[in-house]
Amino acid sequence: MNKPAASDFSSTKITGGVATDLRHDSAHKHVTGEAVYIDDMPEPAGTLHAYLGLSAIAHGTIRAIDLSQVEAAPGVVAVLAARDIPGENDISSTGHHDEPIFAETEVQFFGQPIFAVVAETREAARRACRLAKIEYEERPAIIDIAGADPQNPRLVTKPLKLERGDVEKALGAAPRRINGQMRVGGQDHFYLEGQIALAVPGEDLDVTVHSSTQHPSEVQHMVAHALGVPSHAVTVEVRRMGGGFGGKETQANLFAAVAAVAAKRTGRPVKLRPDRDDDMIATGKRHDFLIDYDVGFDDQGNILAVDLRYAARCGFSADLSGPVTDRALFHCDNAYFYPAVRALSAPLYTNTVSNTAFRGFGGPQGMVGAERVIEEIAFAVRKDPLEIRKKNFYGETERNVTPYHQTVEDNIIHRLVSGLEESADYAARRGAIAEFNAGSAIVKRGIALTPVKFGISFTATHFNQAGALVHVYTDGSVHLNHGGTEMGQGLYVKVAQVVAEEFQIDIDRVKITATTTGKVPNTSATAASSGSDLNGMAAQNAARQIKDRLIDFAIGRYDVPREQVVFLPNRVRVGNQEIPFPDLIRQAYEARIQLSAAGFYKTPKIHWDREKGRGHPFYYFAYGAACTEVSVDTLTGEYMVERVDILHETGRSLNPAIDLGQIEGGFIQGVGWLTTEELVWDEKGMLRTHAPSTYKIPLASDRPKIFNVKLADWAENAEPTIHRSKAVGEPPFMLAISALHALSDAVASVADHRICPRLDAPATPERVLMAVERLKAEAGR
Amino acid sequence: MTATRNEIRFLLNGLKIVLRDLRPGQTLLDYLRLNRRLTGTKEGCAEGDCGACTVLVGRLSGDAVIYEGVDACIRFLASLDGCHVVTIEHLKRPDGSLHPVQQALVHHHGSQCGFCTPGIVMSLYALWMRNPRPSDKDIEKALQGNLCRCTGYEPIMRAARAISSYGEPASDPLALERAAIIAELKRIKDGTRVEIGTGQDRLAIPASVDDLADILEAEPDTTIVSGSTDVGLWVTKFMREIAPAVFIGGLDELRTVSQEDGVITIGAGVSYSDAFSYLSDRIPALGQLIERIGGDQVRNMGTIGGNIANGSPIGDTPPPLIALGATLTLRKGQSRRTIPLEDFFIAYGRQDRQPGEFVEAVHVPLPAPETRFAVWKISKRRDEDITAVLGAFAVTLDADGTVASARIAYGGMAATPKRALAVEAALHGRPWTIETIEQALPAYEQDFTPISDMRASAEYRMMTAKNLLRRLYLETSGASGPVTLQRYEAVA
Repeated sequence: MNKPAASDFSSTKITGGVATDLRHDSAHKHVTGEAVYIDDMPEPAGTLHAYLGLSAIAHGTIRAIDLSQVEAAPGVVAVLAARDIPGENDISSTGHHDEPIFAETEVQFFGQPIFAVVAETREAARRACRLAKIEYEERPAIIDIAGADPQNPRLVTKPLKLERGDVEKALGAAPRRINGQMRVGGQDHFYLEGQIALAVPGEDLDVTVHSSTQHPSEVQHMVAHALGVPSHAVTVEVRRMGGGFGGKETQANLFAAVAAVAAKRTGRPVKLRPDRDDDMIATGKRHDFLIDYDVGFDDQGNILAVDLRYAARCGFSADLSGPVTDRALFHCDNAYFYPAVRALSAPLYTNTVSNTAFRGFGGPQGMVGAERVIEEIAFAVRKDPLEIRKKNFYGETERNVTPYHQTVEDNIIHRLVSGLEESADYAARRGAIAEFNAGSAIVKRGIALTPVKFGISFTATHFNQAGALVHVYTDGSVHLNHGGTEMGQGLYVKVAQVVAEEFQIDIDRVKITATTTGKVPNTSATAASSGSDLNGMAAQNAARQIKDRLIDFAIGRYDVPREQVVFLPNRVRVGNQEIPFPDLIRQAYEARIQLSAAGFYKTPKIHWDREKGRGHPFYYFAYGAACTEVSVDTLTGEYMVERVDILHETGRSLNPAIDLGQIEGGFIQGVGWLTTEELVWDEKGMLRTHAPSTYKIPLASDRPKIFNVKLADWAENAEPTIHRSKAVGEPPFMLAISALHALSDAVASVADHRICPRLDAPATPERVLMAVERLKAEAGR
Repeated sequence: MTATRNEIRFLLNGLKIVLRDLRPGQTLLDYLRLNRRLTGTKEGCAEGDCGACTVLVGRLSGDAVIYEGVDACIRFLASLDGCHVVTIEHLKRPDGSLHPVQQALVHHHGSQCGFCTPGIVMSLYALWMRNPRPSDKDIEKALQGNLCRCTGYEPIMRAARAISSYGEPASDPLALERAAIIAELKRIKDGTRVEIGTGQDRLAIPASVDDLADILEAEPDTTIVSGSTDVGLWVTKFMREIAPAVFIGGLDELRTVSQEDGVITIGAGVSYSDAFSYLSDRIPALGQLIERIGGDQVRNMGTIGGNIANGSPIGDTPPPLIALGATLTLRKGQSRRTIPLEDFFIAYGRQDRQPGEFVEAVHVPLPAPETRFAVWKISKRRDEDITAVLGAFAVTLDADGTVASARIAYGGMAATPKRALAVEAALHGRPWTIETIEQALPAYEQDFTPISDMRASAEYRMMTAKNLLRRLYLETSGASGPVTLQRYEAVA
């Protein structure tokens, strides 16, 4: 790493304060390969390697298990099964006690961990795993949503109902009514760095776990439960992840718990890194949904009432399926006002891996349902879907109450959409596309412009808190720590910018340090796009405490009024003199001023009563809009994204370059979800798409040919968030819904836009072709 | 008997490595990460798909050394004899400053989580050395074998376009030190057979094709490892033992392409990349197909010979080669036989290859000027995906517009690459009209009974197989508007 430059004590602006395009703090280390991920850390002497033995059936009882050959295999040191867990054999993140580390008698999905081998090398452990002899008694398995009992399905957690107005009555009275069903697929996270944990046993009950996790505190708790020790014995640390996307919010627990149990059992460090196939088979994904809709509307396309049911494949345990399906309902409106609405969730039990958090956390599936409803209406009244969208947007001062009875107070969707409509030249292009299609028999083009309104805050109110720890050393350099984790999103640099801004010191005076439960306790997951909102505020709070002490000190030492102590770039003006920041710190230290502070933040205003389905679960909303144009080959269903225009807002951005990266990356990841990323389970419940050879995330050549992304530079957060910025992690993901609707628009052209294509997701070339064929057949009748 | 040596030798960054103790299935990636603790090279998938493990391998080609990106995860250590391996750790300058590729990525915010980044750097490094001012198409092609889950690739593209503004390849250390490296590699590559290990863990690197023939005749059960884009996965995914194994990737005699009397002969060791260079002008449709096989790393390693020899029903090159009427030369000891390529594929997992026999070359007749030759691959994702359906057509019309000959072959439609004989018959001698096409379509049901799997349903396979014939007709007869999607403007 380059040595930091000396501070400039006369500059007019610090380097790297807020609202600057600072590069990722680890960019140099990323490009040189020097950034250390857990598998890159030097292994402590004597490190052993664990590997998981997975079930080969989807549902049944273990009749007999013979691990003698596994134990006898070369290099094997220990074999662990359920009986070897000293504490609780459970890693349920939501207290359902339904997710064992190792299956005991009942196996509930294909790929469920049953045992682990600990050996001198990873290869030895992996080889030994294959020698297990397990006899099962197979039982019928529910693999798919469609396999659930339609009358009385088994659920993994309590469903949610949102209701406002009299839906039955409004539907009955509506001049027009359509009902239908939509299927939307799941998604594997495909973080490039797979799951991994390295546990190092300490003295007494202690263990330190290096875990690739978005939620160190939860890993700490799970490890403590598994070991049957107090939380204070467990320290969890993570410097960076090679991608998370929600896939390491709860899914890291298993690997950390097994590594820790094995480390305490053997007294040696233990590393557990599954290979990509096992990672994809044994860890949860985005939920796929089956959405039933019933909508009443008038001849102009105004929505009068909506009745929705969101059924989700949750897998064998609750994990985060409750909050995920809740969030789907919270976004069943997207940006639209429903005069009367009822929305129900059905978190279904299935004999598949337990689905989990993934960027958007149910929100995308909720919105996809809303956009299908809009599309149905547009086709029914034969109008451009964009017109129907705009007609039904939330009002700014009226028609602004959500299905969960929160008033939308910060609505800017009208301005965003009209701005994008203009910059993307929507109207003219729609005309040009119609002309192109009229003259093109095989290749058809389509366009769609869709909005995003996404609620920001954890819906479990108590998660909306954060802590930070800031030390100022006597040379004026700053050590920064907080509860947020870095998975590539640039959280660390954003929070460092906040601290640099607060002290008015150059960014390279602020040392970013690894997240650890030993420095900041009881943290929330870095999730729900909340990282910089929460941790930025907590770090600012810590810095301000120290700053206040410095001001008090300066007032006393130099006998000046408070307003004459001003933090300038790398120096402090006290009365008439300017004191370099390090000098003031030195003086404060010598005067025995505490130069360390623990900061804290809790989000104000939010509350939520789940039983009643009422409250104010979101502190604010983040908005965006995207316009996508595609071309489709109607002989094969192949397609191409021709052009994308995005206008997205992140309030007053802390770091526009980082935010732009989140928008571009989130959009493409969303396009992957809705197009080529298809999860296929066979009839035995085995995931057949468990590696990049079979599971296809977007490539560079899947990018839009033209990709215009703009931040709405006029936007600011109506709420006093950190420097009036807004969350950016998840909202842009849902901009990709425009791509699904552009494909649908192209398909619709084969039947003169008279029939709604009802294109389900992922819209693989196969689904697109089948929709084309169906429309041609129906139009021909 | 040729002289033998019992060690492999190669260059790793600035070091000369001599290894006496290695197993046939030992991968370059494990060696780098575990033995050398060069941890900048990452494992993302261990199957040659994600590119996080991309390194450059320089190999002698005549008097030059060619640096190519490869996937270290499925590259066997034993295949590196006489090569120069360059990893991400070799890029930073001794004074700590960044390489132009690295500078560009930093300045354009090309990394987020950073895990794919070393692989992206290496792929762009290889691109910049051979093409310092690439088009977007060139960049996208260079990145077909690199997955990034964070950035959406846009900032990486911006960086890739800008690399040359940070420095020129002529001043790159690999260019400045080129002569010394070549001299060293020539010293290493001494033309002797390499034999390492005994019993279960034996491996050999033959000195010549004759030597290979000897080895295989003596031990017919030997696993032949060429580009290891398939065999690599036997090891990393299925933990199969491949010993005894013979590594043929370094045999220059198998890497030749030549043309005589309108027939192109492609040696079994010719990589996709080298085949592309030769074929893209001569048989453009085949060139366009090769550009969609794997990523650059896989194309630099994998061979057409291997694609044929492994007998996969979804190998991409057999159907077009069958449509062109290619033949295959198999060799055992000193005897050779040449058979029509389609006869090589007997059944799923079964080919007409005798114990001790190996594929030596494939002979591809150039299509006649009047022959319409087309090959189309259908996959879930356009690039770096495994075929759902691949159709290849060589159709020649008489002067009066009737079909004089039609050779049509498909992949993904049966247990082997297979000719559509009934469809061909339904076209033969008929006028090339939409009516003939439509009347020929039912013949597909006679030729094929495709399966459903995670790549496509049987219904979709059958539908698109038929539609590809429609596409061929529309392309030759003129339809209103474009008939296929084009990502790139056609280059004049």
